[in-house]
Amino acid sequence: MTFELPLLVFLVMTAAGAILVKDLISSVFILGTYSFTLALIWALLGAVDVAFVEAVVGAGLATVFFLLTLFTTSEKDTQIRRLPIPWTALVVLPIVGMLLLYGAADLPAFGDPSSPASTHISPIYIENSVAQTRTPNVVTAILMDYRSLDTLVETIVIFTAGIACALILRKGDS
Amino acid sequence: MIQAHDSVIVLTLGRIVLPVAQLFGFYVIVFGQHGPGGGFVGGVILAASMILAILIFGRDAPGSWLVPKILQGDGIGLLIFAGVGGLCLIGGGQFLNYTHLQIPGLDEASRHYVGIMLTQIGVAADVAVTGVSIAISLSAEDEQVSHG
Repeated sequence: MTFELPLLVFLVMTAAGAILVKDLISSVFILGTYSFTLALIWALLGAVDVAFVEAVVGAGLATVFFLLTLFTTSEKDTQIRRLPIPWTALVVLPIVGMLLLYGAADLPAFGDPSSPASTHISPIYIENSVAQTRTPNVVTAILMDYRSLDTLVETIVIFTAGIACALILRKGDS
Repeated sequence: MIQAHDSVIVLTLGRIVLPVAQLFGFYVIVFGQHGPGGGFVGGVILAASMILAILIFGRDAPGSWLVPKILQGDGIGLLIFAGVGGLCLIGGGQFLNYTHLQIPGLDEASRHYVGIMLTQIGVAADVAVTGVSIAISLSAEDEQVSHG
């Protein structure tokens, strides 16, 4: 509990900095810091697998892709000129934020054993996954066994992304 | 940009860091059933290490057989994943129901264990190949500009 508030403040600061900074390369690195802070928060909340993915993909691979993209663009694209903020955004966005906070008040508390997420099907997975699959990590058992068709389609999405990037970006290369 | 780096520090550090990073990637893939990690994260770590190797040693480094070949390897991981599902179909069950993997001498839970491990290797191969492929695609345009 003592670490959550400074981490959340730092998260908001890095998110605002990534938007507000003028230089795009600085923005990429601040975005990597944002992902790493978010990974720390996931780990603090007990979602270790999500924290692992956030740290590796958000702070590692996405930063490398952004930098490679910036290095292949011309010099004028690495600086951005910002338009003045429209007044509709200044009015509408706080109202939407208030509505979201109002809606979040009705969500079940963190770790509530009687919430719908903890009572529907996850007890079945937690009780039976070791006996049925010999896999102590229940997240892997759910992803790869009970929900393996979903994971297969996710893999197809990644495959399609790779093929599409190769088709769009590669010009006459081999 | 994709030529070999000329700094001795970077080259030496790369020789030390790269095997450790790749070993950690394989560890994460295999250990994903007993702790945090899994095929996706391990594949991303492998892809990151290979991208680092390309950035340090250049795309046409001597002895680099992997980079030209890896572009033809898109979909091998998907083939492994869907192939395990197809083996379950052949074994007489539903698609991706690892109980029907016909491996003699294994009980039901161990078949699930083997199925999870094989599909994780498939996901890792797909993610790693896709990451390296995207990185090469992003840097290939630079070569076109510099040559033409």
